[in-house]
Amino acid sequence: MAITQQTLAPLAAIAVTKLYGQRAALRDVSFEVPAGELVAVIGPNGAGKTTLLSILAGIQAPTQGSVVAPAGLGWVPQQPAIYSKLTVAENLRLFARLERVDDPEAAVAAMLVQTDLEDRADDQVSTLSGGNRQRVNIAIGLLAEPSALLLDEPSSSLDPRQRERLWEFIGELGHGGTTVLYSTHNVAEAERYADRVLVLADGELLFAGSPRELQAGTDADLDFESAFVAFLHERGH
Amino acid sequence: MRWLLLKDLRILGRSPLLVMLLVIYPVAIALLIGSALSRGPEKPKVAFLNLVPPSENTFDLGSEKIDVSKYSKMFFTAVEPIRVQTRAQALEKVRSGEALAALIIPADITDKLASGLEQPTLEVFYNVEDPIKASFVESTLNAQVAKANDALSDVVTKTAVSYLDLLLKGGQLNLLGQELNVMGLQKAKESMEKADKVLAPGSPQHKELKKAIDYAALAIANLGLSDDVLRTIASPLRVKQTVLKGSRTPLDAFAVAVAVTMSLMFVALLLAAGVLALEREENTFSRLVRGLVSRLGLLLEKIGLAAVCAFGVALIMLCGTGLFISLDFSRVGLWVVALAAGAVGFGAMGVAIGAITREVRTASLMAFLLSLPIAFLALVPSGAVSSGLYDLIGVICAVFPFKSTLQAIDVALNGGDPGMVTPLLHLAALAVGFTAIARLALRRFE
Ligand SMILES: Nc1ncnc2c1ncn2[C@@H]1O[C@H](COP(=O)(O)OP(=O)(O)OP(=O)(O)O)[C@@H](O)[C@H]1O
Ligand SMILES: [Mg+2]
Repeated sequence: MAITQQTLAPLAAIAVTKLYGQRAALRDVSFEVPAGELVAVIGPNGAGKTTLLSILAGIQAPTQGSVVAPAGLGWVPQQPAIYSKLTVAENLRLFARLERVDDPEAAVAAMLVQTDLEDRADDQVSTLSGGNRQRVNIAIGLLAEPSALLLDEPSSSLDPRQRERLWEFIGELGHGGTTVLYSTHNVAEAERYADRVLVLADGELLFAGSPRELQAGTDADLDFESAFVAFLHERGH
Repeated sequence: MRWLLLKDLRILGRSPLLVMLLVIYPVAIALLIGSALSRGPEKPKVAFLNLVPPSENTFDLGSEKIDVSKYSKMFFTAVEPIRVQTRAQALEKVRSGEALAALIIPADITDKLASGLEQPTLEVFYNVEDPIKASFVESTLNAQVAKANDALSDVVTKTAVSYLDLLLKGGQLNLLGQELNVMGLQKAKESMEKADKVLAPGSPQHKELKKAIDYAALAIANLGLSDDVLRTIASPLRVKQTVLKGSRTPLDAFAVAVAVTMSLMFVALLLAAGVLALEREENTFSRLVRGLVSRLGLLLEKIGLAAVCAFGVALIMLCGTGLFISLDFSRVGLWVVALAAGAVGFGAMGVAIGAITREVRTASLMAFLLSLPIAFLALVPSGAVSSGLYDLIGVICAVFPFKSTLQAIDVALNGGDPGMVTPLLHLAALAVGFTAIARLALRRFE
């Protein structure tokens, strides 16, 4: 994961290819995310979104190419990565300590407020609903107030109100200079909450630009979601 | 690291059923195995038929009176006799399984022994349905026959020596109720020398007598020696039994060592494999190794956790056992060292399992599947299988921590010669090896 190319962007992929045996999950993917930008990665199932995010997060090594990522990059995985036998607060406290957050208790309290889980703080995670688990999962990624953040389908199991809270919070982070890269299947979300979208399909980066540019590339009277589907269709996906 | 350890302990604390199983199961298994090992075989039942008529139970061998029943009683210290009246009854007892063997003392035993020329034959019949018991009976009877042989040959030798003495020094001999006066070689030589003095030197009679006197002198000198020779033959070899291989630990104490090793193995293996696999099952593994803790650090934390818990369970078990079986509590320092080394060895093996399997259920299953055979193999005694197979078993045992742990704990509990250094070094090497395997498996399966 050496930095092979001079770049000022906090997040970048440089000609990343990832092979699982014969199957290519990513093919020669390159992009940069400037500081403070909110970028959505969209694409069909199996497109390579999770693979891309986990390579950026440093969990997997690319087969070829390299990535640029800041130390202490925040990461919210697609599958909740939390201890189901611990309570919500214990999970948060543990990771706050492992992340060496200055004031773990304050960070935990803040995250409980942010995720609206104060009343469930002392419940074991195994007793929470799927959406609430996802909220804990997200909270852990945000604990250390990272300068850049990766979220893999963060909103997928959240109810509309929680979704709203989440994007509001992430938007604030973006305004505060935090670089955010997230994947989603909710294309409308990408349209509303992303400065730029990356379209991945079959491991290939097909498009990188603003939602408006993507829309403009297809028939003018299509909404963003239909434009996205049409875009993929034109390219054989 | 400290927070991770506390976290794992807390998770364990919230799984009381698991913890209870982890403590109760190995202790139960260990106690079962311990009790099976420590209960020595009972005295085997042997049908016993003495065909010697009661009147002929004693006979004279030279000046000694020999009582055959005295020798047959020697058998009963090692076996439990079922006395029968006929040969058919004896065989029936063996066939029906009531007796493991039948021992028949032939009627002519006294005649043959008294003759001193013929060897009487004892007859033994075995029931080989249960090969373990059969071999036990066989060796028991052989040992007893050897003892009886010893005792008898002692008597025979004494008699022979007394005859020689008589030939040499002369005296009374009781032969078929008649007292005979035996002159003895020494007196015969003296008489001949007296006779020689009256003969003219150079006469042919003198020459003949001189030859006879020389022969007597030679015979006297050599017979004097043969006393000692015969005494040596009586007990040709004093058998000193020394166990060259394996410990001389009494079965009870060895059973304790096995039981404790079992508990140590189960707790350490299952815990280490389980807690590592849990990190992957909960997806927290990826979160942790993203700079929060190194992979090696995570492995060491799991080994430490498993080792501490297993050590605790085993030590408590050992102290508990001490209430029933006398253990030398002054060696407790050595216990601690042996248990700790074993716990770390098993813990390392456990994380290797956990790293390879990545799911708690698979990890536990694999830990179980592996632990029973390695314990079993480590307990296979030499001689029970062919030597090639035994060597193979030895290699397999050397690759897993059970045998070294057992040796270390055995030495710690009961003392013993090779000492603890070798098994401890072996365990350290295994711990490093398994940790390396675990570390590689973590990379391989990412
Ligand atoms: N560990 C793995 N071993 C083998 N193949 C894998 C592995 N992880 C992912 N893949 C393959 O790589 C491709 C991309 O998977 P990835 O999870 O990145 O897709 P995704 O875009 O996140 O999909 P989704 O929208 O369903 O989450 C898929 O074809 C998948 O089968
Ligand atoms: Mg995905």
